[in-house]
Order: sequence, then structure tokens, then C-alpha cells
Amino acid sequence: MSVLDAKIPEGPIKEKWTNHKNNINVVNPANKRLIDVIVVGTGLAGGSASASLAELGYNVKAFCFQDSPRRAHSIAAQGGINAAKNYQNDGDSVYRLFYDTVKGGDYRAREGNVYRLAEVSANIIDQCVAQGVPFAREYGGLLDNRSFGGVLVSRTFYAKGQTGQQLLLGAYSAMNRQIGKGKIQMYNRHEMLELVVVDGKARGIIARNLVTGSIERHSAHAVVIASGGYGNVFYLSTNAMGSNVTASWRIHKKGAYFANPCYTQIHPTCIPRSGDYQSKLTLMSESLRNDGRIWVPKNKADVEAIRNGSKSPVELSEEERDYYLERRYPAFGNLVPRDVASRAAKERCDAGYGVNETGEAVFLDFSSAIMRYGKEKANILGEADASKERIRELGEGVIESKYGNLFQMYEKITDDNPYKTPMKIYPAVHYTMGGIWVDYNLMTTIPGCYAAGEANFSDHGANRLGASALMQGLADGYFVLPYTIGDYLSDDIRTGPISTDTPEFEEAEKSVKDRLEAFINNKGTKSVDYFHKRLGRVMWDKVGMARNEQGLKEAIEEIRQIREEFHKDVFVPGEMNELNPELEKAARVADFLELGELFALDALHRTESCGGHFREESQTEEGEAKRDDNTFAYVAAWEWTGDPGKSNLHKEELTFNDIELKQRSYK
Amino acid sequence: MKLTLKIWRQKDANDKGRLETYQLDNVSEHMSFLEMMDVLNEQLIAEGQVPVAFDHDCREGICGMCSMHINGEPHGPDRGVTTCQLHMRKFKDGDTIYVEPFRAKGFPIIKDLVVDRSAFDRIQHAGGFVSVNTSGNTQDANAIPIPKDDADKAFDAATCIGCGACVAACKNASAMLFVSAKVSQFALLPQGKVEAKRRVINMVEQMDKEGFGNCSNTGACEVECPKGISLENIARMNREYLKATILSE
Amino acid sequence: MSNSALLNSSIAKKWWMALTGLFLCLFLVGHLLGNLQLIFIHGEEGKRAFNEYAYFMTHNPFIKVLSYVTYFSILFHAIDGLVLTFKNKKARPKNYAYNKPGTNSSLPSRYMAVLGTAILVFIVLHMASFWGKMHYTAMPLHTVNVENTEFYLTQTEGSYIPVVDFEQNDLGEAKFWIKDGTEFYTTRGEIKLGEGYKDLHSLVFAYFGHDKMEEANLPANKNALIAVIIYVVAMLVLAFHLWHGFASGFQTLGVNHSRYNSFIKGFGKFFAIVVPLAFAIIPIMIFMNK
Repeated sequence: MSVLDAKIPEGPIKEKWTNHKNNINVVNPANKRLIDVIVVGTGLAGGSASASLAELGYNVKAFCFQDSPRRAHSIAAQGGINAAKNYQNDGDSVYRLFYDTVKGGDYRAREGNVYRLAEVSANIIDQCVAQGVPFAREYGGLLDNRSFGGVLVSRTFYAKGQTGQQLLLGAYSAMNRQIGKGKIQMYNRHEMLELVVVDGKARGIIARNLVTGSIERHSAHAVVIASGGYGNVFYLSTNAMGSNVTASWRIHKKGAYFANPCYTQIHPTCIPRSGDYQSKLTLMSESLRNDGRIWVPKNKADVEAIRNGSKSPVELSEEERDYYLERRYPAFGNLVPRDVASRAAKERCDAGYGVNETGEAVFLDFSSAIMRYGKEKANILGEADASKERIRELGEGVIESKYGNLFQMYEKITDDNPYKTPMKIYPAVHYTMGGIWVDYNLMTTIPGCYAAGEANFSDHGANRLGASALMQGLADGYFVLPYTIGDYLSDDIRTGPISTDTPEFEEAEKSVKDRLEAFINNKGTKSVDYFHKRLGRVMWDKVGMARNEQGLKEAIEEIRQIREEFHKDVFVPGEMNELNPELEKAARVADFLELGELFALDALHRTESCGGHFREESQTEEGEAKRDDNTFAYVAAWEWTGDPGKSNLHKEELTFNDIELKQRSYK
Repeated sequence: MKLTLKIWRQKDANDKGRLETYQLDNVSEHMSFLEMMDVLNEQLIAEGQVPVAFDHDCREGICGMCSMHINGEPHGPDRGVTTCQLHMRKFKDGDTIYVEPFRAKGFPIIKDLVVDRSAFDRIQHAGGFVSVNTSGNTQDANAIPIPKDDADKAFDAATCIGCGACVAACKNASAMLFVSAKVSQFALLPQGKVEAKRRVINMVEQMDKEGFGNCSNTGACEVECPKGISLENIARMNREYLKATILSE
Repeated sequence: MSNSALLNSSIAKKWWMALTGLFLCLFLVGHLLGNLQLIFIHGEEGKRAFNEYAYFMTHNPFIKVLSYVTYFSILFHAIDGLVLTFKNKKARPKNYAYNKPGTNSSLPSRYMAVLGTAILVFIVLHMASFWGKMHYTAMPLHTVNVENTEFYLTQTEGSYIPVVDFEQNDLGEAKFWIKDGTEFYTTRGEIKLGEGYKDLHSLVFAYFGHDKMEEANLPANKNALIAVIIYVVAMLVLAFHLWHGFASGFQTLGVNHSRYNSFIKGFGKFFAIVVPLAFAIIPIMIFMNK
């Protein structure tokens, strides 16, 4: 019997959440005033949780390392948010959203959680509209939808290419209302560096004021971690520069299990790396694949010529091009799911067909779409005998109206005009499905410590569908956590304020200070980034899109090596008691260096391929991912033992009562 | 390319601060401005010096964290971009580039190029919201149709990233564009109209308290805004304020 | 709340700027139309028309009220502008070491306070030269020529009585006397019969270099060229001030609509060129035709 109890309520899947809400304990309003809750992170999950908890009456202390809650990286999400509203009358339902999400996650998610997510999804849209989120609308004044990421219905609500921004600003506005009322105490430019556990319960955090450098103690009756994902373990990712695993890793080291760390989503359409100085990768919306065709040259000679600039890609005839997605997946073509598209690009580039100087880029070509739309437009305009140039011009206009802002962004970054020459794209790390293990109530294995949003592992399984991250973050924060946390806090109404003047706080504060002082006093020779880049290289090469046993074993060794060197030789300039970005980075990279090893270990132990985790040893004859449901239909939750490489594995078996397990196929 | 950088260095809020000169070789034109700053910092660290502190986070032009005043303009010479999207190809080999923090009474300097923009947050606390609980038990999202034009305009106003370039560019360090973007977003939507009067009065009052200057319609904010927020929003806020003060009971 | 908001808030201060500023634009039009008589109506007729107009402007009760509103507007516009400018300076205690505002805003828009101050100085000078003389000094009257009955009196009601209709005493003296050179009283001084036109026309012409000595005992201004230059420069300054100010006033009052914006902006620029230009042409023509 596993030590993990997911606490999934009994009963039919449709009634689980309702029954659960009816049966859990609640705290009466007068008592909520006596209870403090700390929320770390102010993205969609943290922001919405802070606002909702404060509305309920709890005293919330919210923390973010940015200078304002509004800057959390949820803001960068482009595409949209799914909800089972069925406004388009195309047969969408809670069940279908549930089904798509479990299938998209390659059957490695918990049914109960996903069903709840689908169930509350519709409320999110109602809620956001009431808050004044300006979703896209049709001329009739009703909300518009688009389809997304290979599902068969239109259920994605969006606000141009800035849906994440609009939703986050909605949550931020709800927070502002509570900050104005004094119900949320906001700690901007504060970073949580340790969890404080008293008598086995999470009772506070140690945070560093990033401006003054002072180490502060904050107590509460419960702690919510909503600090996002850990994609930056790869150094280069579409995550923000500051995105980090520290809050999650700190609670992991205090007893919270870390689940499925190896489930990483690699997004296929990002702007490729241009040099060693590269600090981050920029995502180009997945929607581009609706009209763009992905290809590389058929002949290596052409590849060479394109790389050294002696040939332009537009000079290549159709016969000289390899539209490899259309070739391999005739049914879905360029619209295969993210993981499939990413691996296919890597396969071509590894085979030597990458089209830029680094050999890590493929073309995303809009010329067919431009001509196709151009012809349509010409017909509409009655210009039946339009010249090729005229058709091209009309087509470019259509493309501009659809993707103008993306094309402009691409041109700003690369200085190439994507209307005239194909875009170069390459996959990049985008989202991490893995995270802190939580039960149905979103509580971690530490009582009183919760994890929400990307920081937890719960709803996406091994792969996340497009437009589902926003849904999950807001569902957790607005509609799940505010209920479930009351069940736990109902025991705390007589506890009274938690003192920070206890040995536990003392000890936690000291450990933080020691850790940071060690960096300052280290006086090594290499910068933090030097180590972070090395870690990223190992992760990308050996724990990236395709993994194998040998590579993973090497990666573990190399990461250990880098970690050792890091602690010996890192140089952190400046002082403790000042704004010191290098010190902040050092603390984060130290945690990444530990996580990286666990990540590789998890990838090594899971010898099947599933979703974002592709083991070269486990593929079909055609080179597609092959799951092993008999052995691996479980959540791998790792327990900290003092050494990431020796973490204890706990398994939470996944049972599927409402969905039949199938091998995904996009042929 | 080779560059001479004149960068504002200021140890903390109380330090007087000064421009320091740095030489940087081997700058690639494909670098973003912040990547160029990274290279400079790596160079400084290698020399055992304290690197330049600057705000940045998403590096894709949406979080609004980066905030430099580059060669006399917030976010530098390019249009419609934040500093993180500004690329070095906008500069020439041998250029001298001045890098300063955003300067305004409402944006006190914390260190080097890092300024404190929490005044923006406080303005939002004063009224940048619709007073609706996050229960989810609101009416259906499609219960009130909103004309597409209004929704689009509200969206355009809502794309403000709160970077503060408007304040930095304005000769009066006025925050009107920022405040008006929020006021407009809500004033254009039926959900926001209910509290429109209270909102605009409270937000403007807080804006004044924070020490920002007045709008003299120079339009610099609109030109420098990385998101192209229109001056139309300021006019709308002026109208809203008029309605809320003179025309209300 | 709303009371203090009407005076103290930044936006209210700007409304007052806009309202007074746009009102002053109207005033400019009125003033210009009056001035244009100086060059468009020639000879004696022009002189009479202009002096009558000047009389009307100083005596009509409605115009009186309007003129007080104008004085108030000028003062308020100047003081409010000054207050705003100081506040704005305070909003950026430390300037950029290197700034390129020219890339994002027009020059006039950034120098409204300087331009405004220059205009204020000019207004003071201008009022001292004309308005002050008109109000506070003994001005020559427009043609006191009893013999040839050219001299008219205006009664306060506004109808004209030729001077010759008045009885004369044995010594040939008029049975009325003149106070301050312009006001006509009965000899015993109880009844004000009327006022003569102060000869502002001649004053203006003399100021800008015309030799009117014979008629009005006004020597031509020796520094007329400087006066003309100052006037023209002031109009240039005004043009810049209006170039930004006109449309800016509408924006401040919340009038911003995609359909009308280009008209407002276009008209503002037209106004900013045409009105000061027309003002400036007058002294130039007077000076050239002396």
C-alpha cells in the first residue's frame, strides 16, 4: 500500500466534486478573520487564490519576486483558455473536455482531478467576463471561440494573442480590490527561500526582501505554493528569466513529494537560438501551424548552401523540399500535437538537416497559404486573371490580418521578413507538467502546505493540451483551493496567531542565511550563469526531447559534477543586504542543480515513452512514442532523502474507470 | 561591433549616482539589448566588479518589467517594443549608448537602473477592478452582449503592460496614459460601468498623490508606449472624470 | 469630494487651462476682426470705424462683462499654467543626462510654458501701449473740429449729435466742457452729454510708425521698427502656442473621436497659422505704408 493517499472522493465521477464540497468542513466567517494564509507566487493560480481567500475572509499574505503581481509569467501565455461552454454548439461538454485532457495527457493524469477541472472550466469564463476581461467577441456581441491544439471542437476563449495577460490582469484586479481593503498584504520583490514546518504542519516561510536583502519570517496557518514551473532548469526556455523552482524545491526538501519531474513540454514553434549570448527563447503561437508548412531541404547540399547563405530557401523547388510532418503524419500533417511536432523537428536536425548556423532550425513556410488566400481573395474581388504578384500581395494582406503581430515580432527579433522568406523555428522548453505532488484537495504531503497551478503535477498528465494551463491555474485558485483549504483550516480556528519567535523559525532563518552567506563568501571564479548554461546544455542534450538510458546516466553524473563545481567555484559579487540579482540567481541555480538530477533520475526510471517524455528505447516501429500502461500507469512521487540521486520513489497508481486507455495516433 | 556604454550607476536610493563609462567589444547585432547587458555583466563579474542591476523578466515584451531609458528614449530607439525586444542591429559599430533609469518622482530609484514602480500598483488598488467576488456564481458570460467595437477598444486599452514608459517619456512624468488605459478598459465594458464614477475619482486622486505630473498632451507617451496605447484613452478619462465630478450628484 | 476635485485635481486644473485657453482663442478672433479694420477700411472712414469700434468695445455692457472674463481668463490661464508647470517640474526632480524628446513629441508641445510666458510678457507690453493709454491717459480725440461739423458726440444711449447743434455763448465758447479730453459735459458739469472717440486709430498708426502729427498731435514712434518686430515675433510665439494648444484643449476636455480628430487637429493648425499671421500683417502694412 502506497503512503500516498490522493483522497479522491467516492462516487460517480460526475458527482465527486459536488459531494466533496458538500461534505468537507468549512470555517465560519468570524473565524476566518483569525486565520492567516501565505500564498507564494501571484500568477494565475496564486493571484486568483489570494483574491478568493481574502474575499472569503482569511488574512492573506501574498509574495512575488517581481516588482508587481501583474508581472508573473502567466502574463506571457498567448493562445487562449479552454472551457466546456459549448457556445458553438459543436458537441462540446464537460465530459469531452475531460476526455480530451486525459487523452492529450497520454493517460497519465488523475481522472478525478481532470473531471473537476472540466467541470469548473465554464465558471472561469463567467467569472472573468464579470471581472471585465475583454475576451474576443463576434459582431453579435457574444464571445468568440477558436479551435486549438488538435481537438475536435472550438472551446478556446481568447483575447487576441494575449489571453494570459488579460486573465492575469483580471486576477490581479481581484487582488487589488482585496489589497485596497487590507485583506491581502502584498509583498513585492520578496522571494520565499524556506518553508517553516512546526509540529509537522506548514506554519510559515522565510523570505528575503530583495531590495534591502533582509531575511524575514512570516507565519501563517497554511502555505500555498503557486510559483509556477521549472522549465528554466534548461537555462533556455520560454519561461521568464526569473522563473524558478526554489519555492517548490524548498518544500520538497521539507517533505513534499515531487511528482513526475521528467514530464516537460517542448513547444515546437519557437524562434531558434542565434548565439551563445542567448538568454531566452521566444514562443511563436501554435496557431501559426494552421497556415504554415514545416519543411527542411531534401538534400544536404542545399542545407549547406542555405546555411552559408549562398542559396535562399525560396529558390528551392517543391521537389527539393521535405515537408516531413506531412510525409510522416498525412492525417494531421502540420497540426500534430506539440510533442510529436517537436520530436520530428529534432529528428531532422539531428540527421543534419537543420537550416541555420547552429543546425537547429526548420522552416515554417507561409508561401502556400499566401498564394491560396491570395487566390481566394482575388476571386472575391472579381480579379479572375490577377497576376502572380497581385495574388501574392492579396495573400500577404490576409496573412497579415491573421498573424500580423506575430510576424512583426518575428521580424523585430530576427530581422527576417517572414512574408518573403520562410520563418525559422525550433522547439523549446515551454511548460512542465510535473511538479509538487498534491492530493485531490491540492495539499502536498506536508499538512497545511498546498500547491496550485503549474507548480503542482495534477491535471495534465504527461502532456498538456494547448490553452489548458490557464484553465488549470484559475480553476485551482478561484474554485478549488478556496473550498478545500477550509477543510484543513477548520481545525485551526483555536490556534491563534502563529509566533515567529520559535526554534523552528530560528533554525529555518539560519539555514537561509548560511546558504546565502556561503555564496557571497565563496569568492570563486565563475559566474552563476556559467553554471546555469552548462546545466542547461546537459539537460537539453540528454534529458530533452528524446532520452535514452545511457544519456540519462551520463546526465546524472554530469549534473552532479556541475553541482559540485558550482558550490566550489561560483562567484557572487555584491553583498547580502542589498539588491543583488546575482545572489538571487545563485540560490535559484543551486536548486535547479538538485532538481536537474532528480529530473534525470525520473526520466531514467520511466522506461516507457508518454506525452512529453520520450524514451528512445520505447518507440513503435515507425518511431512513435510507445506507452507501457501495465508498468507505468502511476504517478512517480519522489521523496527527498538528502541527495537528489537517492530520492525515494512512491507510486500513486492511476486507475481509469471512465476512460479507456488507447495508444495515441495521429497518422 | 564595439560600443561605448554610459550607464547610470547608483548604489542605493540614497546614493547620488553617476554615469559610468564601459567599453564592450564583440557585440552581435542579433543580440537583444538585455543580452548585451548580460554580456557586459559577465565581463564585469569576470573583472570582479559589481554588475549593473536592471529589471527584466519575461524577455518577450509582455511582463513590463524592463525599464531602461536608452539614448534618450524609454525602451530605446525602436518603436512598439520593450527593451527586451530591442535588438542591437538598431545601433551602429562605435556608437555611444546612454543607459539611464526611468526618472520620475513617482518612480524612486532602488539601484542602478532599477526603479520602484509600486505607485502604479497603488493606483490600481484605488479602483482598478470590478467589485465582483470570485465565486464563479456570476451570470453567464454571454448574458450581456458587448458590441465588438467596444470589446476591441477595451482590449486595446487593457494591453497596457504597466512598464512606465509613458511616465518616463513624458516631460511632466505624467501617469495619465497608464491610468486612463485602466479607466478606459472598464468604462467601455458594461461590467465596469457600474462603478465608473467612483473608480475614476479614486484612481485620479491616488495618481495625484503619488506625485506624477499633469498631462500636457505632448503625445510622447503614445509614441513611446511599447503597446501603442492611444491618447484617446486619456480623453476618455477626462470625460469620465468630468461626468463623475461635475455631472454627478 | 467633487468640490475639491473641481479645483485641486490634476485633471480639473487641466480643464481650466483648456476652457480658458479655448475662450481666449475666441477672444483672438474678435480682436482680430476689430484689428483688420485698420487695414481694410481706408482713410477717414476707416478711422471712424475703428474708433467707433474701440468705443463700443469699452462701453458696451456685454462686452464689458466679456472683457472681464477675458482678463480673468488670461490671468487664470497664466497662473494655472504656472502652477502646473511647477508641479510638473517637481514630478521629475532629476532630469535625464541624455534625452531626445524630439523623437516623440513636437517642440511647441514641450515649450508651452515658455511660449505662454513670452505671450504674457507681450500682453503686458501690448496693453501698456494701447489699452493702458486708452484707459488711463488723456488721449487725443478723434477730430475735434467744430467749424466744419465733422465732430460728433455720442450720447450714452448711442445716438449722434453734431457738436454744432450746441449753443455757443457770446465769446463763441461752447456751452459744454470737456473732461479728460473725451467726456463732454454741460458747462455747469451736471450732465454728461457724451464722449468723444478716443483716437486709438491714430495711436496705433503712430505706434507703428505713421506720422499723424498734423491730425492728432501724435508723433510717429521712433522705435516703430522694433515695435513691429516685437509684435511679429510675439505672433510667431502665439502661433507655436496655438499650434499645440488649440487641439490640446479639445483633448483635455475629452473631445477625441476618430471621426473628428483630424478636423480638430487640422483646424487647430490652420487657426494657429492664420490668426497670428493676420494679426502680424497689420503692423507690417502700417509700417510699410507710412
